[in-house]
Formats: sequence, structure tokens, C-alpha cells
Amino acid sequence: MARTLFDKIWDAHVVADLGEGWALLHVDRVLLHDLSGARALQEVAERGHRLARPELVFATPDHAVSTAPGRTSETFAGGARSLANLRKRARETGIRLYDLGQPGNGIVHVMAPELAIVLPGLTLVCGDSHTCTNGGVGALAFGIGASELAHVLATQTLAQRRPRNMRIRFEGALPPGVTAKDMILHAIGRYGTAAGTGYAVEYAGSAVRALPLEARLTLCNLSIEMGAKMGMVAPDATTFDYLACREFAPKGSAWDAALADWQALPSDAEAHFDRDHRIEAADIAPQVTWGTSPEQVLPVTAAIPQPRSAGDRAALDYMGLEAGRPIAGTKVDWVFIGSCTNSRLSDLRDAAAVLRGRRVAQGVTAWVVPGSETVKREAEAEGLHRQFLAAGFEWREPGCALCVAANEESVPSGARCVSTSNRNFVGRQGTGARTHLASPAMAAAAALAGAIADVRGMA
Amino acid sequence: MQPFTTVTGIAAPLLWANVDTDMIIPVQRLVGTGRDGLGPHGFERFRYLPDGGDNPDFPLNRAPFKGAPILLADENFGCGSSREGAVWTLMGMGLRCVIAPSFGDIFHNNCFQNGLLPVRLPIEVIRRMAEAMEESPGNARVTVDLDRQVVVTPWGEAVPFAVDARKREALLSGLDEVAQTLQRADAIAAWQARDRAARAWAWDPVG
Ligand code: SF4
Repeated sequence: MARTLFDKIWDAHVVADLGEGWALLHVDRVLLHDLSGARALQEVAERGHRLARPELVFATPDHAVSTAPGRTSETFAGGARSLANLRKRARETGIRLYDLGQPGNGIVHVMAPELAIVLPGLTLVCGDSHTCTNGGVGALAFGIGASELAHVLATQTLAQRRPRNMRIRFEGALPPGVTAKDMILHAIGRYGTAAGTGYAVEYAGSAVRALPLEARLTLCNLSIEMGAKMGMVAPDATTFDYLACREFAPKGSAWDAALADWQALPSDAEAHFDRDHRIEAADIAPQVTWGTSPEQVLPVTAAIPQPRSAGDRAALDYMGLEAGRPIAGTKVDWVFIGSCTNSRLSDLRDAAAVLRGRRVAQGVTAWVVPGSETVKREAEAEGLHRQFLAAGFEWREPGCALCVAANEESVPSGARCVSTSNRNFVGRQGTGARTHLASPAMAAAAALAGAIADVRGMA
Repeated sequence: MQPFTTVTGIAAPLLWANVDTDMIIPVQRLVGTGRDGLGPHGFERFRYLPDGGDNPDFPLNRAPFKGAPILLADENFGCGSSREGAVWTLMGMGLRCVIAPSFGDIFHNNCFQNGLLPVRLPIEVIRRMAEAMEESPGNARVTVDLDRQVVVTPWGEAVPFAVDARKREALLSGLDEVAQTLQRADAIAAWQARDRAARAWAWDPVG
């Protein structure tokens, strides 16, 4: 029977059929971060279990660490305890920990593809909803809660209910100035934040095939904002080129064997999708959110919509916006380039290209937080940090930072921030902070203009 | 895990769509707060005034609804992050059951892991129950009976709900899922041995 990419990976990992659509799945890789990871390791120990396969577990601190230049693990005192705990448990259990300042350290969903911890056809979990990012290499990757994580650590398996299959095809060529971030925001705006609930989503079509690997990670990152725990892109030559020679990629004859397996992964031509959508790439403009849910999004050329519900009214009120006015030109106070959505080398290059010797507008605080130590070093080797600094951006240490404000780096109450992250929830970037999600190029454009601006007009 | 069989009590209406886990508990509270200390921080951005007093506009602050064991919610409740702290927070506020038309996937799983029962019912039924609760504050009651798989409304109607047989069993008995899975240790080891032979590339670089 014809099967999807998702079906193939799922079927290959069933240890036991538990009935009624449930299966006990083998988990090939586990990622831990400082918030959920330390706690899960502790829970496993307290309940008297051992780690089933410590060699398949990888940890990195990212959430509750300072990103201030020159930071240490003590700079954000509030997170120092979880980090100390993570270090101690990692030593005791023998799992790999990529600590601050070491290559490999970084936002958990940035470092995993970077080190090829995640590979096509693998199952991977992490106690973090944006684990779906890793689906960009053609893996089945999803976020789970603390109890499920403890179950995986103790058994290397997880009971899951099989989701249904959804495909979103982006066809044609993307217009200039439009990125993977705009593709996925456009899809969320069209289908809503609950459309993917209960589905594994495959992104396909010629516009997806044309995306570089890092952009595919961005695309998959916001699957959870559409309600889908899992988002994926079929592996192809772009994927293989990206992975080859990375730290945990198979080498030599193992690589050849892997390649043969990976080439069989893409969905069969006749495979059935329970829902199948098609989007014309040419219809997508640079996107920016106006509200407090990622589905409250519009093209930067559009006007702020009239509220259709009490929720819309509450969002306009919280965001301090007036329906009917163009979104472009809305004054901004902060710009954040970072997060597991958009903090990779290609994102930083995109943003730097927009800056081109210009200066951040007066009164705007602008941050670049590279996604990992390796991204930071590579960007510095290219001189990108100098371009950002010269433009008036802060160049910081890797971590989640302003995406979630777990380390108390936050946007002040009432301030407006254009952010390359993935959630514009009430208070997400700090109590009272107003977040507009956009691509790195759009964020750079906003920094220069001191207002939400169409990057296509900034050349 | 705390078993769940039946809960009868006041059902507090919070009919907002897309209540995300950041609204339930800001991530900062998960840094350094033990799982038992989260309840007072539940919905803190909505629940308290800047001076720390109760915000009278927040539905769960009104007299009969404070500490209610059942929450009546709207679509996509618990969307957003995977933080299980959201479930611990709701339980810390005294909740044992959330009734909503739909839930965020990860949150839904996390509920079952902790003995908080998520029940899916049509929004019309939820709205009617919310009205009934408002009309007779302090008197109306809702019963959630997992054994019979029904919600008994304030007007006495038993509305059936669907729940996964596996999850239902686990909740009724307060089952330890890890112990249950570890009984399959042989099957897991056999799967791994087979896979290692078939897909050495998946194991060698990390093993
Ligand atoms: S960058 Fe933001 S979304 Fe990504 S893992 Fe960190 S906190 Fe979560």
C-alpha cells in the first residue's frame, strides 16, 4: 500500500501495537534542555529507574541562561540551579552535555540538526513543543511533556496515538523578499492555529523542494503554532548535502547504507493524505502578525482587520492597535532576531544583507541572539557581527532569550517588538510586551525604519 | 498518578478560545518553583491587578468559581508549549477536569499523565452549562463520571463523551505507565537488536 513519509517512519518504529490506534514507539534520539531536561532526569532517578540508553540522549542549556555578552552560568542567577542540576545529572548518567561556550551548545532545536543528532527516518523527542523543527531533515520529531519524557528516558519508548496525515503543498516560485517564515505564517493565517491538531503535517511542493535545509527547519518550526505536533519535509539531495560530514552523521559505508534508506523515505506518489492543501507561492507576501495568536497575521501591505470576535478586540487592545489602519508604519521599540525559528547562519545573513551599512532608528533597541555557539562563531568568521554592531544591534551569546523571557531578558511592558520567534502570546516576551512575528529580513527592516516596514521597499 | 473516577462540583466558565500554556503559567514561574507551588501563579497575568489584589474581571476570581474542581473552556485549550507545569498549575488551583471543545495535543496528553481529565464536548453544551452555572451561582453542579463516560449537566442531562480506552483505564486505576512499559523490556530489546542489524547507521555514530 502506498504510504506517506510519516507512515514509513511511524511503521518502522512500532515496538508493540497497543490497539485503538495506539503504538509503543521506539525513540531513536532524546534532546534535553535546562528547563525540562534537568527535571526529567531527576524524576527518573527519584522513581528508582535508570536511563535506558544514555548514549541516545543529548543535552544543552538554552532557556534559563543569560545571553549577555561575556555571560557565565551564574549571570542569570535564577537559572543557575537548573543548570547545575543538569550538569550533575549528565555526569551521573553519562549523557552528552554541550555546555555554555562549547561548540554544540545552543538552542536545542538549532544544535540537533547542526550536529546531525537528528537524521532522516529517525524518531526524536524533547520536552519542548518546537521539537517539530527537526522534521525539516525528514525525521519524525515531536515535543512531549515531562512525564512522557521521563517515560522515554526510562524505557526508550513512548506510547502515542497515531495522528492523521496532512499535506501542505507550496507550488511555484517564492516572490523576492518572501521567506520560509512568511510561508508558514501565511499557512497558519489561512488554516488557523488548531488546523493541525491530531495531524502530522508534510510540507511539499516545488517551493519547498527549492528551500535550503535551514529554511525547511524554519518552516517545520511553526507546525505547533498550527496545532500539529509534527511537521516534516521529505529528505532529498539538499538534506544529504547539509548532513554530510556533520559530527553525528554516518560516515563511510554507513553513509551509503543510510543514503539508500533515506532515498526510500519520501511519500509514495499514490499515498493518501487525510487533508491535502495547496498554496500558490506567488500569492505570499512578507507577513507580520497583528494580534496575540500566530493566526492573527497579515501581509505587511494590508490594513489591521476589523475585529470579528471578543478575542480579536482583546488582541487589538493588548497590542494597542487600531483596526483599519495600515500595519506598516506602526512604530516599534524593540527588534529581536533569534530563537529556534530564525537564528541560524542563513537568517543572520538575510538580516545583515538588509542592514547594508545603515543604522538602527533612534529609540529602537535591537538584539541579535545567534542560535548556537557554532552559528555565533561562523557568523563572526564572516564578519556579520561587525555589520550588526555597526548598525547598532547588540550581538549576544546563544540561547532562547527574548523568545520566551525565561531568563528574565524581556521586552518592557507596553513596548512593541518585531520578533523572528514563533509566539506572539500575551506576555510571552515579558509582561505587557507586544510582539509582532516576522522574518529576519522584515525584522531588520523594522529596526532601520523604527516601524513595521515592507522589506521589499528598503533595497 | 492520582486516579480519577468521578468529580461533582461547581464548574467555572472561562470561555476564551486558544488559552495557551503561557497564559496558564508564565515560563518564569517554572524556573525555581516546585511543582506543588504553582497553583497561586495560575493565570497570574489575568488573575491579579498590578497591586497584587484579585482582578474582579477574571472569571475564576468570582465567589462560587474560586477553587472550582471543573473548568468550562473554549476551543484549543492548552495550545502552545509542552510545559507540563500548565497541568500542575491547574491542579494546584484545585481543578480535576477541564471540559472544552478541543485541546492542544501535548497538553491533552499531559493531562492524562497527572490525573487531570480533559473532556471534549460540543461548544453548545459547554455554553449552556456555563449559563446554568451563572444563573444559579453556588447551587448548580456538574458531575463528570469517567466510569460511565458521561457529564451530568446542571439540568440533569447525562451527556456522553468519548475517551480513549487506554487512557480511561490508566486514569481509573492510577496506573504507572513506566512500570507497565518496563514489562515489555524483552520486546524493546528485541526491536533494538533487529533495528541495529538493519539500520547500523542510526546507531553507530552515537552508540
Ligand atoms: S527559542 Fe523559543 S521556542 Fe525555541 S526552544 Fe527556545 S524558548 Fe522554545
